[in-house]
Amino acid sequence: MRHPLLEVRSLTTHFFTEDGIVRAVEDVSFEIYPGEILCLVGESGCGKSVTGLSILKLIPIPPGQIVRGEILFNGRDLLKLSEKEMEGVRGNEISMIFQEPMTSLNPVFTIGDQIMEAIQLHQKLNKRDARKKAIEMLDRVKIPSPEKRIDSYPHQLSGGMRQRAMIAMALSCQPKLLIADEPTTALDVTIQAEVLRLLREIQREMEMSVMLITHDLGVVSEVGDRVAVMYAGRIVEYGPIEDIFHEMRHPYTRGLLESIPQLEVKKTRLNAIPGQVPNPLNLPEGCKFHPRCPLRIEDCRREEPPLFEVKEGHYSRCLRWKECR
Amino acid sequence: MARFLFRRLLQLLFTLIGISILSWIIITQAPGSPIALTMDPKVSPKIIEQMEKNYDLDKPIYQQYFLWLKKLFTGKLYSFKDGRPVLEKIAERIWNTLLLNLVATLIIFSLAIPLGVFSARRPYSFLDNLGTFGAYLGLSIPGFWLAYLVILATVKLFGYPVLGLRSFVIEGLSTPEIVLDRIWHLLLPASIMAIHGIAGLSRYTRSSMLEVVRQDYIRTAKSKGLSEEVVYYKHALRNALLPIITLFGFLIPGLIGGSIIMESVFAWPGIGRLAYQAVLARDYPVVMTILTISAVLTLIGNFIADLLYGVADPRIRYQ
Ligand SMILES: Nc1ncnc2c1ncn2[C@@H]1O[C@H](COP(=O)(O)OP(=O)(O)OP(=O)(O)O)[C@@H](O)[C@H]1O
Ligand SMILES: [Mg+2]
Repeated sequence: MRHPLLEVRSLTTHFFTEDGIVRAVEDVSFEIYPGEILCLVGESGCGKSVTGLSILKLIPIPPGQIVRGEILFNGRDLLKLSEKEMEGVRGNEISMIFQEPMTSLNPVFTIGDQIMEAIQLHQKLNKRDARKKAIEMLDRVKIPSPEKRIDSYPHQLSGGMRQRAMIAMALSCQPKLLIADEPTTALDVTIQAEVLRLLREIQREMEMSVMLITHDLGVVSEVGDRVAVMYAGRIVEYGPIEDIFHEMRHPYTRGLLESIPQLEVKKTRLNAIPGQVPNPLNLPEGCKFHPRCPLRIEDCRREEPPLFEVKEGHYSRCLRWKECR
Repeated sequence: MARFLFRRLLQLLFTLIGISILSWIIITQAPGSPIALTMDPKVSPKIIEQMEKNYDLDKPIYQQYFLWLKKLFTGKLYSFKDGRPVLEKIAERIWNTLLLNLVATLIIFSLAIPLGVFSARRPYSFLDNLGTFGAYLGLSIPGFWLAYLVILATVKLFGYPVLGLRSFVIEGLSTPEIVLDRIWHLLLPASIMAIHGIAGLSRYTRSSMLEVVRQDYIRTAKSKGLSEEVVYYKHALRNALLPIITLFGFLIPGLIGGSIIMESVFAWPGIGRLAYQAVLARDYPVVMTILTISAVLTLIGNFIADLLYGVADPRIRYQ
């Protein structure tokens, strides 16, 4: 049996705000195997980014706090590492790229400076070699004339180029795991596809694992190996991509899938899930999805369902998973 | 760039002319006349008429303005009070003022920025709150009052003179002692002049820093594995200082205003004190010329701030 690269166990991250406790991530467990792409999907505010940031311990403390859980990376619990030890992990073994290429790069430094910083820090190269390496990385993410572009400031690049530079920066130290938080959401549709293809390509070449955070199921179907569906801070369904797309066992996943506009099938109506995302400060009792659920029964109100193993490697947090298909 | 410089300089020139006209109107229309103040009321009207003629006071106000301008540039501008050339009077004192203001500025920047950064690293902690309290105190205490207090205290405690450029009795002192004496006399007024600036600028640095550390690129910098110090002092500070550069230009008028008060309190022979005395005597040529010089300094300060901003922020390119 393969060993997972990353094992997240019962991760629970809360924000202690003036208005109350925001339970952004509650008892989340999943694993990522070497060389695979795990997609984390869900509506806005369900806790995808907070999950990603928790892995690298980049949650703003206060107000945030990782209340419980284990994050085993190659068997080592990251939550037990000191801040100094975490610095050796970040950007080196685990990298992260963010949604907004516009604001995620520092405006007063050239992209070369920003890429070289990580290389010099983790690989102990001198300035000249680091620069060579940075040019190599820019070339690898297909930025034209990289030896010129390296001295550009972020504002001189287009959104797509900036995101490529971000990817070059994140991958410059050959991390084993990349956490990509909606890397294409802010880009034009055509550029989205290009950047996604690039990520997929490099991921295969480097045999790297990726945790891809997205709310776009189209993206998931294109690149994902396995999927974790999140709702209100919990994982509600989790399994291989074929199972999730063709044998989903949770009404929320079904709702998400039905809300994709399918051009080929010529669906005239977009099936959005009725109701609203619950207020994170005031979550419903029992199953967090029951107020919006077409299959709800009395029991759903009472107690939060556990994750049922539907079949090997496929889990659903629904009392009526047998009836949901 | 050359075009930008040319345009900016032209702009400055027009601003300057506008300022001088406005100042002229305000000063000449203020109550009180230079003659009534200097002359005995028993003097015959004839002599007064003669004096008004000498001072151009019999002419319409716009002509007076142009005459002042002409005399200023031909070096024929004389003080009403003692008849000495205005430029000469100013020249012998301006360096003292510039020195005082330069030292005050250095004190402000070298203390306020570290203080602000220090506070921003631990917001709402005891030390930060203490800083906030100190800043409000510094902003609300009147400078002249504090100055008198400090003068009293130092003279009482150390029995050492603090007024003027230097001590009166310096015979028998060695060179290093003379230098120390000068520094002592300079530091006290400069520090008190700097208090307002330190209070304001340190709070500004703090809020600028707190704003910047919330930005996405700070999170990116952390995600690379950079240490807290590098993230803070390289990535955050550089961005937080950008808006502070523009403040440099605004600092100068405040300092000049402070100069007028502090130089008078500390008997500092600079143009601030000269301006104060000239205003009391309605010595228009001196007042106007000092005002113009202050305006020029302020505009130059703003201009330098603009240029620095362009150097520090790559997103700004002048054309
Ligand atoms: N710094 C913070 N302080 C307080 N609450 C926070 C903070 N960061 C996130 N949250 C809360 O945590 C919850 C989860 O946020 P998160 O950013 O993970 O959502 P997301 O799934 O990434 O959504 P999106 O698709 O919009 O990016 C939200 O309710 C959010 O308001
Ligand atoms: Mg997010």
